[in-house]
Amino acid sequence: MLEIKDLKVNIEDKEILKGINLTVNAGEVHAIMGPNGSGKSTLASALAGRDYFDITHGKILYNGKDLTELAPEDRAREGIFLGFQYPVEIPGVSMVNFLRTSINSLRKYRGEEPLPAGEFLKLMREKKQVVEINSDLTNRSVNEGFSGGEKKKNEIFQMALLEPKLAILDETDSGLDIDALRIVANGVNNLRSPENATIVITHYQRLLDYIVPDFVHVLYKGRIVKSGDKNLAKELEEHGYEWIKQEVDMDA
Amino acid sequence: MDRRMKDIVDTLTTKEKYIELFQKNRAQISNGEPDFLKQLREEAIQSFGESGFPRRKEEHYKYTHLEPVFDGELDFEFRPRNIEFDDKELFQCDVPMLDSHVLTVLNGFYNNPTNPPLYELENGIIYGSLKEATLRYPDLVAKYLGKNASMKNETFVSLNTAFSQDGIFLFVPDGATMDKPIQIIHLLLSDKNQMVHHRNLFVIGKNASAHVIICDHTLAPYMFLTNSVTEAYTDENASLDILRLQNEHNNSCQVTNTWITQERYSRCQHSTITLHGGIIRNNLHVKMVGEGAESNALGLYLTDKMQHVDNYTVIEHASPNCTSNQHYKGVLDDASTGYFNGKIHVYPDAQKTAAFQTNNNILLSDSARMNTKPQLEIYADDVKCSHGATVGQLDEDALFYLQSRGIPKDESRLLLMDAFADGVISRIEQTVLQIRIRDLVGKRLRGELSRCNNCAMDCKE
Repeated sequence: MLEIKDLKVNIEDKEILKGINLTVNAGEVHAIMGPNGSGKSTLASALAGRDYFDITHGKILYNGKDLTELAPEDRAREGIFLGFQYPVEIPGVSMVNFLRTSINSLRKYRGEEPLPAGEFLKLMREKKQVVEINSDLTNRSVNEGFSGGEKKKNEIFQMALLEPKLAILDETDSGLDIDALRIVANGVNNLRSPENATIVITHYQRLLDYIVPDFVHVLYKGRIVKSGDKNLAKELEEHGYEWIKQEVDMDA
Repeated sequence: MDRRMKDIVDTLTTKEKYIELFQKNRAQISNGEPDFLKQLREEAIQSFGESGFPRRKEEHYKYTHLEPVFDGELDFEFRPRNIEFDDKELFQCDVPMLDSHVLTVLNGFYNNPTNPPLYELENGIIYGSLKEATLRYPDLVAKYLGKNASMKNETFVSLNTAFSQDGIFLFVPDGATMDKPIQIIHLLLSDKNQMVHHRNLFVIGKNASAHVIICDHTLAPYMFLTNSVTEAYTDENASLDILRLQNEHNNSCQVTNTWITQERYSRCQHSTITLHGGIIRNNLHVKMVGEGAESNALGLYLTDKMQHVDNYTVIEHASPNCTSNQHYKGVLDDASTGYFNGKIHVYPDAQKTAAFQTNNNILLSDSARMNTKPQLEIYADDVKCSHGATVGQLDEDALFYLQSRGIPKDESRLLLMDAFADGVISRIEQTVLQIRIRDLVGKRLRGELSRCNNCAMDCKE
């Protein structure tokens, strides 16, 4: 589904990603871990199409298409979803208007008619339950005045509505208490299917107790320096990142 | 009879031309008028002669130089011209389906052939032609006309007072309430470049209330210069809501002066929504003379091409315990320019004043320019005042967030602009009007509202 080949990314002449290789197949959950500043969020942004950096080398293929050629909205329409580390507050844009515009834009891309109002509301009600979101949130402006937990739940709620093929969750666990973490993880697990894939970006192993990954990758200094199964995450939890840093830095 | 400015000798300065224009046509302008008005005109032309046009260096007209516009070759009508037009055919209101009393002012003259010149309701409410009101109720008009708008401080008020002959008069006596809004439609229609002065006077008695909507339109492709003055007086505990919708074509120039005097516990909201127009200068001057008054000023300007919009507000807190809020927002595209100057003046004994002001602007292009200047003069010591001004671009993070949910970039931008404008629109007190204005602003931002779309005249820009 997703194939990242030797991806190098610069932000203002500084190389942040220094050759990432990663293959994600349908039905898989990949966890990308790593210390702060290793390039995790840059990778997520590169996949979603943020344009404040330059891709200097390599390719991102998504179902055989070159993703870097696509505008962010078209990536979303092709089934890519980014769960933001810091969801943006947009005063004045109501959640309902935002979600309806979003869903109908995706439907249009697929050649479908806009969703009738009644069905849209029904869909909202249904998906709200997935993330145990209270109905008030949808009457407010996008993320405006939401608590940290509400913002993250709102991300998973949007993911549930948009039903992406590839979801990238960027530090969705950061700032969550254990209840919110459980709700968010349940939401993600409910949406798992053999047809879609998830990339979970996280600093801590905690989330991976709830969302069990098939693969764990460690990103450090812009490279994937170690890959393994879920046990790698456990090892990191016990020993921290120091041993990996030492390994890598010694090689260098 | 028409009188052309160019007939007046070219060697005169612009100021002298106007004085001469007045002197030559004095008899015609004030024909049949009561003495107080004749007297007022004399004072006005004298006052204009003393101040003249604002010079470029003058601080309060620094960004809008109007003398060259007034010096243009412009027609001036001293009597209403007999233009036959079917206003239903030619013009459909931009604020449709609004249940209101519609009063049309054509080229500065009351023009409602099938209606009485002045409505005099049983409950004492009077509305209609100001000229007619001056004849029928000279004492009432004399008590308020020229009493709110200061000629001493504003040369365009002087000029208007000397030349204007008609407009709309609204009188709501103590305790009365208008059943529905008065909608004043200022239309400009001519076959040559033209100057128009018109005057509105609203008097709202104790515990009375009224809503007024003013729509400014051009119906012909010629250059129109409008110098309009609206005076309003709200007595104790009265409430007045004025909303002005500016939608003239981009080859026009509009100078508006709105002067409001507020007595104790009166409430006033004034909104200026600017959709189209070439050069626009709006002066809003509110003076709260009674304790506990509340005044809200809203402004929203959406500009592109070469438009220039200058909003200049002065809010005078002349009494204690008064509250004022100003919210002005602008979206500027292309090479358009804007200016906002918001003055809050708190008098020495106006304790417990609460005065707030914000001016936020979004520039959509590199060549659009916005200047903004808060101006606080506070002479009391127990006051709450705040001001904030921003000039920026659309929020890139918000834009990306919307796009990442599959919403195309253009549509995302519009969502953000709609949301930005809504910061003003949602404060409009009448819900019905809010919906209409939101719709119009949406169309304007989408480029669907040209000045022509509601006009059957097939004139292209």
